[in-house]
Order: sequence, then C-alpha cells, then structure tokens
Amino acid sequence: MSDVILRAEHLGISFGGLKAVNDFNLELREGELVGLIGPNGAGKTTVFNLLTGVYKPTEGDYYIGETKMNGKPAHAMVEAGVARTFQNIRLFSNMTVIENVLVARDRKFGYKLFSAFTHPKSFWKQEAQEKERAMELLKVVGLEDKADTVAANLPYGQQRKLEIARALATDMKVLMLDEPAAGMNPTETAELLEIINLIRDRFGISILLIEHDMSLVMKICERITVLDYGNIIASGSPEEIAHNKYVIEAYLGKDDEEE
Amino acid sequence: MFSKLSSKVNFIAVTLLFLILVVLRETGIFNNYVMGILMLACISIIMTASLNVATGYLGQLVIGHAGFMAIGAYTAALITKAFANADILNGSGIENFFRFIIAIIAGGILAAIFGVLVGAPTLRLKGDYLAIATLGFGEIIRVIIQNLKICGGKGLAQGSAGQALIGINRLADFYVVYWITVLSLAFLFCFARSRYGRVLKAIREDEIAATAVGIKTTRYKILAFSMSAFFAGLAGGIFAHYLGTLAPGTFDFNKSIEYVIMGVFGGMSSFSGSVIAGTVLTVLPEALRSFADYRMLAYSVALILVMIYRPQGLFGSYEFSLTEQLDKYFDFTNKVQARKEKKAAEKKAGKAAAGEGGEK
Amino acid sequence: MSLFVQQIFNGLKVGSVYALVALGYTMVYGIIRLINFAHGDFIMVGAYTLCYTIPLMVNAGMPAWMAVVLGIVVCVIVGVVVELLAYRPVRKKGTNMTALITAISMSLFLQNTAQSLFGSAPKPITTIFDLEPINIAGVSIAGETLVTILIGFAVMITLTVVVNKTKIGRSMRAVSQDRQAAILTGVNVNRTITLTFAIGAALAALAALMYCANYPAASPTMGGMLGLKAFVAAVLGGIGIIPGAMLGGILVGLVESLSKAYSAVLTGGIITSAFSDAVVFMILIFVLLIRPAGILGKNEREKV
Repeated sequence: MSDVILRAEHLGISFGGLKAVNDFNLELREGELVGLIGPNGAGKTTVFNLLTGVYKPTEGDYYIGETKMNGKPAHAMVEAGVARTFQNIRLFSNMTVIENVLVARDRKFGYKLFSAFTHPKSFWKQEAQEKERAMELLKVVGLEDKADTVAANLPYGQQRKLEIARALATDMKVLMLDEPAAGMNPTETAELLEIINLIRDRFGISILLIEHDMSLVMKICERITVLDYGNIIASGSPEEIAHNKYVIEAYLGKDDEEE
Repeated sequence: MFSKLSSKVNFIAVTLLFLILVVLRETGIFNNYVMGILMLACISIIMTASLNVATGYLGQLVIGHAGFMAIGAYTAALITKAFANADILNGSGIENFFRFIIAIIAGGILAAIFGVLVGAPTLRLKGDYLAIATLGFGEIIRVIIQNLKICGGKGLAQGSAGQALIGINRLADFYVVYWITVLSLAFLFCFARSRYGRVLKAIREDEIAATAVGIKTTRYKILAFSMSAFFAGLAGGIFAHYLGTLAPGTFDFNKSIEYVIMGVFGGMSSFSGSVIAGTVLTVLPEALRSFADYRMLAYSVALILVMIYRPQGLFGSYEFSLTEQLDKYFDFTNKVQARKEKKAAEKKAGKAAAGEGGEK
Repeated sequence: MSLFVQQIFNGLKVGSVYALVALGYTMVYGIIRLINFAHGDFIMVGAYTLCYTIPLMVNAGMPAWMAVVLGIVVCVIVGVVVELLAYRPVRKKGTNMTALITAISMSLFLQNTAQSLFGSAPKPITTIFDLEPINIAGVSIAGETLVTILIGFAVMITLTVVVNKTKIGRSMRAVSQDRQAAILTGVNVNRTITLTFAIGAALAALAALMYCANYPAASPTMGGMLGLKAFVAAVLGGIGIIPGAMLGGILVGLVESLSKAYSAVLTGGIITSAFSDAVVFMILIFVLLIRPAGILGKNEREKV
C-alpha cells in the first residue's frame, strides 16, 4: 500500500455558529485521484479552503505527510506540497503567461536581493533556467506558444489551463483542482482530461478534484467522496457512489438534475 | 529585456549626458541656479522612482512618502553636523564626499527601518485604508520631528523644537548626485525586473492567488515598502545637503502628494516615466516662474484629465529602451552581433593560421 | 474639575463639527467606496459663501445664520459639478486608486482656486449666532457650543431616518450593497450617487456654519486638516455607518481637546500639546489595526 500524503481527521469549521463543514475525513495516497462532489453549497470549496490554508479549521486535525498543518498559512501549505486552482479563475491578469508561471517558481530561485539589484551572470543563468522549466510546464498544458501573451487576453479555457500550469510550477505533491471543467466546452473538457492524465503519469502526483461534470468525475476518479450540507454522506469507488441511495437522494433526486 | 548589450548602451548614454552637463556647467552656460534646479530634478526622480515600487509594482497608494524623506533628511543632516562637531572627515574634497555619502546612506537606512516599522503592522490593510494609514504615519513623523529639540535650531546640543534646522553643510555636489541618481535608478530598475518585481506585481494583481502559489506576501510587501522608504530617505539626505536648511513644515502632506503627482503623470510602473515626470515637473514650474501661483492649480487640472483619459499615467508601464530605438533605426544589435562574430572568426582564422605556421 | 468639564464641552463642540463633516465622508464612501478628499474643501467653499453672504442677510434684516441656505445652494452646486465632471468619468474606467488620486487632485484644485480668488490670508466672518453663555455644573458654556452639539445630533438622526425609512434611502442602500443588482432592480444608480453627493455637500455647508460660528474665519486651506481629522473620525466609527461618523467625530473631538489640555501634565512634559495632531492619527492607526472596519464596522471577508 502506498503512503498517505494527505490526511484530514474530523475536520470542521463554523462561521458565526453555522457549521459549514463537519467531521470531514479524507486520506489521499500517492498517485491517487480522488473526486469531491456534492450539490451546490454542500461545502466543497470550503473543504478546499481548509486544506489549502485559506481558512483555519475550528475542529479536527490535518496532516500533510506526517506534519500537522492545522492553522498554517496558505504559503506553508504550498511549501508542504499542496497547490490548488480556483473555481473563479484567479490569474495575475495583467502579467504575461510565462510570468504567471514564474511567480509560482519563486521559491526555486536561489538568488537574493543583491543579485536582484545588480544582475550578475548567475542571475541571468537562473532566470534562463527557470524560464526553460516554465516553458516545459506550459508545453504540458499546451500553452507554449502563448508564453508572452497577457493572461487576461487568453480565452477562458486556456486561462483554466494556465492556472493548472501555475499550480504545477510549485512542484507540489498534491494538486487540488476546483471545478477545472466549469465553463468549458466538450472539446476543451476532453483536452483537460488528457492534461490531467498526462500530469498524473508524468509527475506522479495525487489529485483532489471538485467537479460538477459527473461524467468527468466518474471517468477518471478512483475514489469519490460526496458532501451534502457540510457532511460526508458517502465515500467509495465511482461504481459504489453511482448506486448509493443517499447520494442519489441528495445529489440527483432533490435537485431534479439528471446526470 | 535588460541585457548586457543594452546596459552598455545605457551606460554610454548616461556618461555622454554627464559630460554634456559638465561642459555646460564649467563653461558657465548653466549657472548655479540652473544646476540647483537640476539637483532638485534628481531628487524628484529618486523620490518618484522609489514611489513606483510601492505604488506601481505593489499597487498600494502611499501618501506619506514625505515622512520617509524627512527621516532621511534630518538623519543625514544631524550626522554631518555630528561629524563636523567631532572633526571627523571635516576637510574638503574627498573627505566631504565620504561624509556626504555616509550621511545620506545612514538616512536611507533609518528611513528603511521606519519603513519596516510602519509597514509591518499596516501592510495587511487594504487599498484605501492603507493609503490613509500611510498618510497618518507621514503626519505623525512630521509632527514628532517638529517637536524634537535636536531637529530644530542649530540641531544637536543647541536645538530647540519647532524651529528650522539651519547650518547644514551644503555638501551635495551635482556631479555626485547625478551618479547617485543613475545608480539608484539602475538598482530600482534591476530590482523591478527580477523575481522580486515579478512577485510584487503578482501580489498587486491577486494577493490570494499569490499566497496560493507559496508567496509569503507580507514579507515581500514589507521588503518593497522599506526599499521604497530607503530611497526616499536617500533623496531626503541629498535634499538637506542641497538646501542647507530644513524648515519644519517642509515634509507635509502636500510634499507627499507632489511626488504622487509625478509618479502618476509618468506612469505608475514606468521608471522612464519617473525620470521624465520628475524632470519636467521640477523644471517647468521654475521656467514658468511668473505663473508659480498657478502651478498647483494647473497640476490639479492636468492630473484630473490624466485620470479621466489615461488612468495608467502617460507612460503606463512602458519603458523607453535606447537599444530598441537604435535597433529600429540602425539595426544596432544585429550589427554589433555581426561584428563580434566577424572578430571572433578573424581571431580564429588568425589562430588557425598561426597554428598552421607553428606546425610547419 | 471645572476645567475638566470645560474641556469635555470643548471636545463635544469640536467633535460635533467633526461629526458633521464625517457624516459627509461616510455618506459618499458608503455608496461608492470613494474617500472624497475634496469634502473638507466643500466646507471651505461654504465658509467663503458665508463670509460674503452674511453681510447681505444682515442688511436685509434677516438673521445671520440664514446665510447657510445660500451656503447649501453653492456647496450642492459645487459638489454635484465635481461628481459629474470628474468623479463619474473616472469611476467608469479607473480603479480605486485612480479615483482616490482624482479626489486628491480635486481637493488641490478647490484649494488653489480659492487661493487665487481670495488670497491666502484668512477672511474674518461676522458673528453668526449672538447667544448668551449658559451655566452648567458651575461652568459657563458658550451658546454656540450647545447649538453645535444639538445640530450635530439632529442631523445624525435625520440622516438615519432618511437612509432607513425613505425611498431614496432605500436606493442608496441598494447601490451601496451591489451596484449591478441595483441597476437590475430599476434603481437609477447615477441619480442616486449624484443625490448622495448633493446631500454630502449640503452637510458640508452646515458644517461650515457651525465651524465658523466657533472659529470665525475662512481660508483656502481650512478644509485640509479639518477634512483629514473628520475623515479619521469617520474611519474610527466605521466608515459608511451613520452613527459611526457621529461616534467617531465626538471621540476625535474629545481626544483632541483632552490631549491638548492634559498630555503635558500627564507625561511630565514629554508629550506636549503640540503633539495633539499626531495623537489623532496614532489612534486612527491603532483602531485600524485592531478593528480594520472601525468601531461599529463589520469585517468583510474576501470570497475565495
């Protein structure tokens, strides 16, 4: 059995007395792809915010590897190896595509203030190295010929891909994708699928995925956790989830949505 | 990109400009009055460029920059006074030069320390609130300096609060100040074109996304803020040693606004813009002396028009590049490259020939 | 003790003037999130209007304070023109920062216009209220002080009622919460904003009357410090909140007058009364750090 790299135990958070997420448990192993689904307002993004340090949990424990990460700030989560994308895209809009990726590589640059002021040879060498690395990542998501485009000018689907490339640039072990297919057309979704498979194979990372597109989730996830009203109502393989009566009730039955 | 070739080109250009200014001064075409205005222009350039880091790159409107300038000015002035009292480096020429440099750098460092002290608590405030906090700190610094005994009268032992600090040695020599300005600009420009500048822009664009890719935003913000303060302090030190007198009300809210105006005119993240706006807006009012009363009136109208029609400032984030211009008209880079290759080839050929000769 | 009571009333008086000015800042900020730096200068406009119209009123046999009606008219015109010519076009394209810079430039513009029109020397203003001092707790309190305090509270109550109970108040609250949604529900956003500026400017004229009743002079830069401190007051109380402006104004007034009177005594001369301006800003920064949204404000969290 492979190692557990991310573990949430009884994680919970309340906002002004209202419990947004309650008793959330999750184990993510190396190389696994786990889906997190649930109806609107079920608390999926809140879970992401807890796991990436945007919110501090009010209950429970959270481990990355063996390190307890409760209440650590967002940048510490990244250092520990967890990176994310956002449901409502958050790029550095007025910067170029490659700059977006390079910002995420910032920790990998060795040079310090003095070099930044004087631009010695080592400065240019590192900049070139990191640019090369950034270009590789852009190639993974198919944006290599857009490197000098301003991010805000990219079409929607490519902005989502850039967000993935930017997250990859942090050299993370766990990638959390918050509705990466939202707003994409079928062709773009198919491309996204390819990208997700590619990065799994190539980087050997674990992925936690929030998604509304059930067909996508069913197709690629090995395990699925279902949230409703902040509580886990089911957890298991896609097969099990598809036939779970609570899930059908909460997710499909009540909303009259067909998926 | 700020490549090796273009740094050489720029160095030659500023040296040429320097030599022209030397000739104009030594032949008396530019008298002391003109040189004084140019000195003030240098100070404005450093102030505006330093403000660019905080306002243009980090995206935080700072309206208390005169406070840091004041710290630098008074610190540097009191240090040269202390040196004079203790008779250290109190000669002429080179000794004055070192005294001046030590004093203004010390002023910059103290301003930077205050930048950290002010920035650490306030930089988590957002937008307008941060602007107001910087305004508040600017005012606090001014009021405190006004009420310190050592900052008034003759300073040090003979000080009395509320008076102008007089008798500062006028150590600011234009030639020195010119190169300090060039160096400051080069440093700031390089900084902005490094990973630091990139991260600051990212924080400006989206702070939450920046933390989500592992950026310690607070640390970078404080760094940018204190660096901005350092150069403001440096400019303040030059200012003190140019004027020779520091009036207590000099570094008020309006002084801060003056540099914000220059920064905005030039384009908030353009150092070329800082140079042009700093120079023009310092020289122009002097040239139009008779209209001096209407200076601020004209500024305010012009500023509103800029905000309406070109909110990013005249230059926006555009940087003028001499090398690019040369390329445009003379295909400069390629020519230099070609010549280099030709030389290398000749050398190689020569060596090969020599080698052959040796063999024979 | 009587000195202390005197200082308290003094603080309440200054505080009420700050509160009136702060109400103007708060109204505008509440609706378009703009620190209207020119608001302090609207007061200067009001003061100059009073300076020139009071003699006319007195000659016509009317009470001097009636001049405030003309003051309100002039201030409202200036306020609305500023909004239409400068703020609105900038708001369309620019960011928060450009709007703030525009407001600062507008303040400079008004100050410098006044300076070229009237010169930089202060112009005296004739007596506005001719009131007998009143004795409270053995202390004689100037009539103007009491009038100022009363008017301050009256305006706060009126504004609260207007914002919470009337149709226009409802539009204001709608625009302030979500401008796009307000448009969709049929609120005329531009008209609401203009009206808010008009109300803010009218408040400035009233503040000018109360200020000049206590300090009878008009000068081009009089709005500067006054405006800044009133703004501090608005932030202290929680900007965008009407009772907050009142609370903040009174607090700043009290802190200022008490720190002027007692700081030297309490600190053994280390902090003199000359520091009172700095004290106000120190309190501002302190409050911003522990309660960034002000005393009565609610902290908003950015949605991720």
